[in-house]
Amino acid sequence: MSKKLASILEWGTLLISTGTVCFFLVVIMWDIISKGAASLSWDFITALPTDGMTKGGILPAIIGTVLLTLITALVAAPFGISCAIYLNEYASDNWTTRIIRASIRNLAGVPSIIYGLFGLALFVQGLHMGTSLISAGLTLGLLSLPYIIITTEEALRRIPASTREAALAVGATQLESIRDVVLPSAIPGILTGIVLTLSRAAGETAPILFTGVAFYINNPSGYLNQEFMALPYHLYMLSTQHQAIEQVRPLAYGTALVLIIVVFLLNLSAFYIRYKHSKNE
Amino acid sequence: MQLAQREQIDKVARLLFRTTGLLVIAILGGIFLMLLWNTVAFFLKVKPMDFITGTQWNPSGSQVSYGILPLLVSTILVTFGAMVIAIPLSLGTAAFLSEYAGKTLKNILKPVIEMLAAIPSVAIGFLGIVVLGPGIAHLTGQSNGLNALNGAILLSVMALPTIITVAEDAINGVPSSYKEASYSVGASKWQTLIKVTIPAAAPGILAAIMLGVGRAIGETMTVLMATGNASAFPKGFFHSVRTITATIAIEMGEVPYQTTHYYALFAIAAVLFLITLAVNLIGEHFVNKYRKYQEA
Repeated sequence: MSKKLASILEWGTLLISTGTVCFFLVVIMWDIISKGAASLSWDFITALPTDGMTKGGILPAIIGTVLLTLITALVAAPFGISCAIYLNEYASDNWTTRIIRASIRNLAGVPSIIYGLFGLALFVQGLHMGTSLISAGLTLGLLSLPYIIITTEEALRRIPASTREAALAVGATQLESIRDVVLPSAIPGILTGIVLTLSRAAGETAPILFTGVAFYINNPSGYLNQEFMALPYHLYMLSTQHQAIEQVRPLAYGTALVLIIVVFLLNLSAFYIRYKHSKNE
Repeated sequence: MQLAQREQIDKVARLLFRTTGLLVIAILGGIFLMLLWNTVAFFLKVKPMDFITGTQWNPSGSQVSYGILPLLVSTILVTFGAMVIAIPLSLGTAAFLSEYAGKTLKNILKPVIEMLAAIPSVAIGFLGIVVLGPGIAHLTGQSNGLNALNGAILLSVMALPTIITVAEDAINGVPSSYKEASYSVGASKWQTLIKVTIPAAAPGILAAIMLGVGRAIGETMTVLMATGNASAFPKGFFHSVRTITATIAIEMGEVPYQTTHYYALFAIAAVLFLITLAVNLIGEHFVNKYRKYQEA
């Protein structure tokens, strides 16, 4: 075999792998966008479902997902940032710190369905919150926590020690140095991490299955103690459980497209924050 | 404000931050205790040996049995299939990204991988039903293509971004002096990649694979939607299977609280938890090995 042919074959192997990965994304995006676009209309995103879910829009599912993601943020962001501040600014390298770090890494690897069981046992049954928006939001908050801690700590680590020392040197307490100097400069990095984590939480289905999501709520109130609809669960039900599956397929495609748009918008805003920040530096 | 007061506030804040740190341990401990508690309750009613060696999962039939084997074998089968597809593809892509692709191509490929990672699992499962399923059915002549192969392909798509990103970091981290030494004795780019760079990055690549395995084992929605969920003992890639995660998702919504069946679902979740814990610990071991190696 000539050397040239060999090198083409070798290079080709890598190129085919990369091409296949791109092909997967193209197929996924093409199928959902081309078929979902037909169902997408102003009515689809602003109307209630009608006729046993075979017609109408998905407004309650959109509202449910937005509220759920907001609660997740309210639960996980303060908790996660505080924990990251402790780890990066205060903790010394002792066994407690090492156990905290090991716990965070392991929590990040716990399957999402197990978070669902934990939410069911702790919030729904243990604390008598029932299957509700707040139970599901707390469950997703716990799921998001390790990612927010990890990304926040990374953002804090990027702030040079001299910044903190300068604040301490002019007489600030450690809290004042963190609040007035460290956090403001780390905010873009922290926000990027939070928004990326939320984009993942918005698409999660398994943790909310037993903690509060419902297929149909005829009066979506948005109250914390009531069940709610959500985009990912709606897609799951439309594509597997509906009695007229073929008939509702366009609705399922439309739901999939809206879900992907929501997730990508969150991703894009994270990249925008990162991009704007890197330009300022 | 008085200095003493400011210092007081500082102390309180420090305590608060520390408390949240300790709460993280409590959450992992809480998950562990919840699984343990319910698993013990299960083993008070069902013999552990019947659970571990039972070949039938049939919680609602006349002959009730809680054997985990069919679920465990299904999970392993689908994960194994996913890795057979994902490992070569992601290593090829990672090597291409770090060794061959120019800056422009990299700037296109990186967002592609990030987008793939961002797609929700339920959307991928949906495509398993509407695109991959009919495709497999057409090729094999089956009535529907909801089987282990379908699930494995979808899981490989989900594991790809994780493995590619971490493996690329590992390949990038190999010191350039290694490659230069290889080039200087006349090795080609490919020979250097296969014989020098990849072996040097091996611990990092193994850590990447372990992360991918962990994701695939714990994934619920894609397998729930794409594998058909037949509860019979799995026969192969072209048959319907029912993984541990799918079983929990299907049955937990229907069981009354604190019945044997309810406890049984926590018991299989405990097994899943232990498997992912072991996979993560193995991955961490490789990460540490790689780090030491790089520092040396």
